[in-house]
Parts: sequence; C-alpha cells; structure tokens
Amino acid sequence: MRGLENRNSHMKYALFSLSIVLTGWWVSNPYYLQLLTFIGIYTVLALGLNMLMGYAGQISLGHAAFYGIGAYTTAIATVHWNWPPWLGLLLALGLTAVIAFLIALPMLKLTGYYLGMGTLGFGMIFYILFREWTGFTGGTSGLVGIPPLSIGALTLDTGSGYFYLVWGIVVVCFVICERIVNSRVGRALRAIHDSERAAAAMGVDTSRLKVWVFVLSAVFASLAGFLYAHLVTFISPDSFDFIVSIRIVTMVVIGGMASIWGSLLGASVLTFLPDWLHVFSDYEMVVYGLILMVVMIFLPQGFTRGMLDIYERARSRYSRPSTSPQG
Amino acid sequence: MLRIRNLKCYYGRIRAISGVSLSVREQELIALIGANGAGKSTLLQTICGLLPSWEGEIEFEKNSLHGLKPPEIVKKGISLVPEGRLLFPPMSVLDNLKLGAYLRYRQRDHENVGKDLEEVLELFPVLRERSRQAAGTLSGGEQQMLAMGRALMARPRLLLLDEPSMGLAPFLVRLILDVLLKLKERGMTVLLVEQNARAALQIADRGYVLENGQIVLEGLSSDLLADQEVKRAYLGKDYREFYDGRE
Ligand SMILES: Nc1ncnc2c1ncn2[C@@H]1O[C@H](COP(=O)(O)OP(=O)(O)O)[C@@H](O)[C@H]1O
Ligand SMILES: [Mg+2]
Repeated sequence: MRGLENRNSHMKYALFSLSIVLTGWWVSNPYYLQLLTFIGIYTVLALGLNMLMGYAGQISLGHAAFYGIGAYTTAIATVHWNWPPWLGLLLALGLTAVIAFLIALPMLKLTGYYLGMGTLGFGMIFYILFREWTGFTGGTSGLVGIPPLSIGALTLDTGSGYFYLVWGIVVVCFVICERIVNSRVGRALRAIHDSERAAAAMGVDTSRLKVWVFVLSAVFASLAGFLYAHLVTFISPDSFDFIVSIRIVTMVVIGGMASIWGSLLGASVLTFLPDWLHVFSDYEMVVYGLILMVVMIFLPQGFTRGMLDIYERARSRYSRPSTSPQG
Repeated sequence: MLRIRNLKCYYGRIRAISGVSLSVREQELIALIGANGAGKSTLLQTICGLLPSWEGEIEFEKNSLHGLKPPEIVKKGISLVPEGRLLFPPMSVLDNLKLGAYLRYRQRDHENVGKDLEEVLELFPVLRERSRQAAGTLSGGEQQMLAMGRALMARPRLLLLDEPSMGLAPFLVRLILDVLLKLKERGMTVLLVEQNARAALQIADRGYVLENGQIVLEGLSSDLLADQEVKRAYLGKDYREFYDGRE
C-alpha cells in the first residue's frame, strides 16, 4: 500500500517537473515567462500559509510581513553590505524564523477572531517599519539595485533561468509539504484544526506544534520574498502591505484549505486574473472580498474541495442511486 | 497504580472538586458514578493534565503527576477516552487511530504500532471495514469504538473512560462493557466514569460515588448495587425495578 502511494507520488512529481521543463522551453515571450515566475513565487507563499491556515487552522492576516522581511533582509544585505545573495537568503530565512518564533509565542495563544486581529496588527507594524525606517529600507521610494541571482558563472537574469530556479524551488517545497502532511505531524496539525483539546488528549503538544508551523509558514513567505526581490531588483513597501496579506489568504481559500496542489491553483488564478481583467486592479479589494465571501458561504471547504464535493455528490447520485446512508 | 489524595480542582475561582481521594490498583476496573455536574469529567481531565489548576496529590505508579503536561502523561501510560468522544470527524478512521499513537511514532516504534493497529482492528472489526471512511460518517456506536481504539493505540496501562455509554442503545452499551472486560482480562487497568450506574457497577470491581465534587460513598460494586442510598439516587431510573417495587 505504502509502496503504491509512493510510486504514485513519484509519478506525480515526475509529471509536474516535466510540465515545468516543457513550459519553460515552450514559452519564449519574456512577459509571460515572468508572469509564470510570479505564479511560482506566489505558490510558495500560498503553500506556506496553507500549512498554517488550511492544515493547522490558524489564520494569519499579516503574512505579507514575512514576505517583506525576506525581501528587505536580502535587499539590505546585498545593496548596503554587498553580501552575496545566497548569504542574504540564509540571513533572511534565519531572521524570519527568529521573528516568527517571537511573534508566535504570544500570538498563538489567541484563537479565532483574536488571532486574526493580532496577525493583522503585526502585518501593519511591519508595513510601517518598511516605510518609515528610511535609513535601512529606503522608505517609500524603496530600495533599488538589488543584484540578480547567479549560480556559479550562470546569471539567472534571463526570463527562463529565473523561471527554472523558482519552479525548481516550488517542486522542492511541494515535496517537503507533502511529506509533512502525510506524516504524524501532518495528522497532528489537522487534529489541532479540529479540536485542540482532543489533540492534546492524544499527547500532541499543541502550543509547540502551532509555533512550529507558524515559523515554517513564515520561512516559506520569506523565501518567496527573497525570490521576489532578486527577480524585480527593486522593492518598496507597497508590495508588502495589507492587501498583499489578503491576497495570500484569498489564494489559499480559492485553492482549497488543506490542499497542497490547491495553492498552485489559487496562485495561478490570482496572478492571471488581474492580468486579463483590468478592472480587477482598480477593485482588487472588492474582488477579494467577494471571492472570500462567496467561497466561505457556499464552499466553506475552499473552492477546489467544494467543486470536488459537488462532483462527488453528482456522481454518487447518478451512478449509485441505491446506496444506503450509514446508520 | 493510581492514587489521588485530597484533590481540589478549580475553574478560575470556581471549585469543581473539593477534596477527593481515591485509588486504583493494578488490573482493577473501577467505576466512578455520579449525576450530571458532579465533577466526573473534571476529575478525569485533571488526571490527564488537561486542567492546569489543581491542588492535592495525584500519583501514578508512585510518581507525582504534578506539573506534567498531557504529552508526558500519555507517555507515562494513561489514556483518556473523552466525554463526547472528541474524534477528528473529517479525518479517516485510520488517521484517527494513528493519532492515538502520535507519541509512539515519534519514538519510531513503527513495528509495534502496526501490531497494535491490527489488534485494535480485531477488537473492533467494524473499524476495519470503515478504515478509509471519515470518522464523522460513523454511527454513534462506531464512533465510541473508534474513540476507544484510538486511546488504546497509545498502549496505555491505565485507561480512563468518560461516559462511554452516553447516547448508545443498550446492546451497544453491552458490547462496549464486554470489550472493557476483555481488556481487563488482558491486564488493563480501567477507571470508568458513568452516569449509567447500573451498567458500570455490574462490570466493576469497586466503585466510588461522586456528588458535588466529593466522594460520598465507596465500596465493592456488589455492595454499592445493593446499597439503599445508591438505589434511590442512581438506580431509581430503572423502570422494571420501579414497577417491581410497586407490585
Ligand atoms: N470549563 C468550565 N468552566 C467553569 N466551570 C466548569 C467548566 N467545566 C465544568 N464546570 C463545572 O464543574 C462542575 C463539574 O463539571 P463536570 O466535571 O463536567 O461534571 P460531570 O462530568 O460529572 O457531569 C460543574 O458544576 C460544572 O458547571
Ligand atoms: Mg462529564
């Protein structure tokens, strides 16, 4: 049984990687290549938040802060201190982990609305920090001249180089998350989502695990921030404000709570949509609000899961009309 | 095996247990009976470390449980089948069972966990049929069996059950009690909390009666079953006896 599941999952990732390679090879328009690269970055963001929100059931309305910490840390390290970018990455991830840990300790004692408010608060604090700490962050005018990434002699500034880097990282993140989700820790996260009390009765150290998954999800956001900063080579506070946090939440909700592959869907939809519908950018907040409302009211399990449920229900209604309900 | 002395438990400033002492010896099946609100669940939750503020002494195998968190207590060999089952409804039956063995997976005890899973599925064959189903889709009786199976997956030496018969049809109550007897035969120690006093006392060795956070009566089950006070307060709902008395 386990072997079969493993083989299935290997197949899945082989196909996924193949389609990435084919896409990178087939799409030559640099604009689209960059759009696809953005989707990869957003996928990492959504995936991280999904671990926290979809699996462990802890909301964060301030995830743009970690995205921003990742971006600003590497930007400051490379621009101000002339560090090589990969060292900037290490610093960004480490710093994010420490900050997330310190925030999580008091924050995750909160639940429900209060956790939402609390995380909203730190998101705002960091936004203001990015904007006002001018000496370091460049304030509202931002930081320019962030160097592109390179591996050895290979500079990844052409569209496809960066595309492959980002999507390679996406695959690795998927594998990591899938392994976590299918392990005892993943089960414990879902248990916490259902009932912290019951999870504790099983011997799950709920507060520790909540802090752990919060840090994990923040580190994913930070990684995305790093990739973003070295892709656009210029960052300003507006890329990490409140609406970005909401965008990440919306991605998770569209893709489906507790769905790893849903993160990819959510990220794609919310990247392509503004590109195709220009009204979207004017009414971004309204559209996110509507999406969140509609999904929460009609498809509380998230869009993907909701659609699957509807499909399942339709199928069982038409193909097995005489199944008896469980007594 | 378990010894509680002068236990007092608090919800904030409200005292729910005021000075309870009781003991459970190895391989005993002890019934703790009492009306709604007597403090039975509070007592069990305190033993498991789920209720942080209490005074007095709780010793398990001569070691104090003071200040221990639930994971440490589970590790020591105490498992709770909570009131209302507290399953994880969207998760599969199998995942619920595996969660019971959460701490053992960490100790890389995979082989034995697999064996115990087999044993639990043998004890409750219906769970095997339903193993891929979401726990929330099970019937009440099946859910209770799952809750018990999940607790057994931690391989406890002391099993605490909080009103396992609640809301179940009589034949299911019988089935659950039979399983408890079977577990006892295999060496398990059981502390059974029940409002269904008759059922609990019928299988228990000894019993305690809890009222308003205090033990008001204790003794052998057979004595308690015959006790006038107990009959009046806890067994009175049995209609047959009620009518028997009238005839
Ligand atoms: N979370 C709580 N907060 C405050 N009081 C509580 C709480 N849980 C239980 N109590 C009180 O403690 C007493 C004992 O409750 P409980 O242990 O649930 O009784 P039982 O399980 O015997 O029905 C009751 O008076 C109840 O009102
Ligand atoms: Mg109770």
